[in-house]
Amino acid sequence: MTLHQQWVAFLTIVTKEVRRFLRIWPQTLLPPAITMTLYFVIFGNLVGSRIGEMGGFDYMQYIVPGLIMMSVIQNSYGNVVSSFFSTKFQHSIEEMLVSPMSPFVILSGFVVGGMVRGIMVGGIVTTVSLFFTDLNVQHAWITLLVVAMTSALFALGGFINAIFANNFDDISIIPNFILTPLTYLGGVFYSIDLLSEFWRTVTLVNPIVYMVNAFRYGVLGVSDVNVYASLGAIFAFTVGFFLLALWLLRRGTGIRG
Amino acid sequence: MSALTLRNLTKTYANGVEALKGIDLTVERGDFFALLGPNGAGKSTTIGIVSSLVNKTGGEVTILGHSLDRERELAKQKIGVVPQEFNFSQFEKVFDIVVTQAGFYGIPAPLARERAEKYLRKLGLWDKRKNQARSLSGGMKRRLMIARALVHEPELLILDEPTAGVDIELRRSMWDFLIGLNNEGRTIILTTHYLEEAETLCRRIAIIDHGRIVENTDMKSLLEKLQVETFILDLARPVERAPELPGFEVHLRDAGTLEVAVPKTQSLNRLFVALAEQDFEVMSMRNKANRLEELFVRLVEQNLPEQNPQRENAS
Repeated sequence: MTLHQQWVAFLTIVTKEVRRFLRIWPQTLLPPAITMTLYFVIFGNLVGSRIGEMGGFDYMQYIVPGLIMMSVIQNSYGNVVSSFFSTKFQHSIEEMLVSPMSPFVILSGFVVGGMVRGIMVGGIVTTVSLFFTDLNVQHAWITLLVVAMTSALFALGGFINAIFANNFDDISIIPNFILTPLTYLGGVFYSIDLLSEFWRTVTLVNPIVYMVNAFRYGVLGVSDVNVYASLGAIFAFTVGFFLLALWLLRRGTGIRG
Repeated sequence: MSALTLRNLTKTYANGVEALKGIDLTVERGDFFALLGPNGAGKSTTIGIVSSLVNKTGGEVTILGHSLDRERELAKQKIGVVPQEFNFSQFEKVFDIVVTQAGFYGIPAPLARERAEKYLRKLGLWDKRKNQARSLSGGMKRRLMIARALVHEPELLILDEPTAGVDIELRRSMWDFLIGLNNEGRTIILTTHYLEEAETLCRRIAIIDHGRIVENTDMKSLLEKLQVETFILDLARPVERAPELPGFEVHLRDAGTLEVAVPKTQSLNRLFVALAEQDFEVMSMRNKANRLEELFVRLVEQNLPEQNPQRENAS
């Protein structure tokens, strides 16, 4: 395929992915908006008003970046894992496998589709948050870079999960039992400096801590960890996951007999 | 240049099942080719390998001069595949499914829409273009898969049981459509459960059994190998037992029906003379089975001693 043909194929997958999650918007776009509104009302307003300041900001402002990042993570992961597994389940993956598209194009198309949903939901949550608090983004480029890389990383995670999944249980295990606990324990609702030395050290093993804090640095200008080390780690994981997913796709793991 | 060449193609699945044991096959350009075999013989594995849905264990696949190993993209551009199972998203609209498939081949959207309209119209699905695929009937879904396989205008079209579950009228119209495609110069490879379909449409035929090609010839030569043909005769009056006719094997199916095996060396005239001599009046006659089916069963039966007991029936 020429470069232009590959570009057309890539856009075709992205369009198909975006069309899919827009078609089922009550399942994909509405729930995060409602859930996050509840978080803002309950944790931000009711509980937050009694907590006072955290990291030099009122509690509502402090948790907004973490909640945006949580939405981005869950939705970019959820989009790719459910979409790619559905194509396997319905055998429509064969439409792509018989075509001359390279594994690189297929993978990139799915990942960008997941990123679009993650970022779109992040935008919705940001808009909702503006009804509760003011946001003055301190480092716009870092904010955008963290969102882009994190959504790509979790879209890749969803893709790898879907490759190995054999049934619908397999695509809910990781989001429910790994991703959600790591997100909640990743400093979304609190500064990890509040933890004892032991638990703070344990928390630093959680990769989501770095994403939440790097994003919080972009928006509020404060972070519990070194921002540039966080950016480097997210980038390294993204590249690593991309290469792993590409290798699995080339081998035909989980999709070819 | 051949449309498809398979050289010593082998496939052993992870569970140890040896599905293909060294297939050699050549399909010439412009052929209308039937690939037949009982269930589990290796047809779908062969098609799966050619269409890149199954990884081969060994051997070489060449599609219109392009090796599937070394020039995968070029080889894939040349083929269109209509699988046995419905494999499109049931929730997408008919038009979108075909246009999206064109996009996977790098065809820009305006041309993709033009081609989608062309093939949906040809296959009688244009009125359904805005419907979700799940709302289509079985026959319409089959036609949708054909339209989708043609949207990048491949030179080689592979159809895995394209008329399964399709009513007779629609099957005939699909035959006409496929004949038209072949007349335009497209090479067509077909697997089917309906041997009448293979006999009507195909000029060449290969029979695969136990992962090996057991017959590969043109249809005419193959049918000439049929040594015995079985006919059903409807009698004017009921009889109690079958007549004894030297040179013919006769069975009484019921009081008014005879089943007669006629060797190729015997003429039908002799049969009717012998029946008339014994005062049997024949009102009508028909083949017990399609000629190709009869031959197919005999060929497969030759391999019975090593037959897989799990195999269900001939296809």
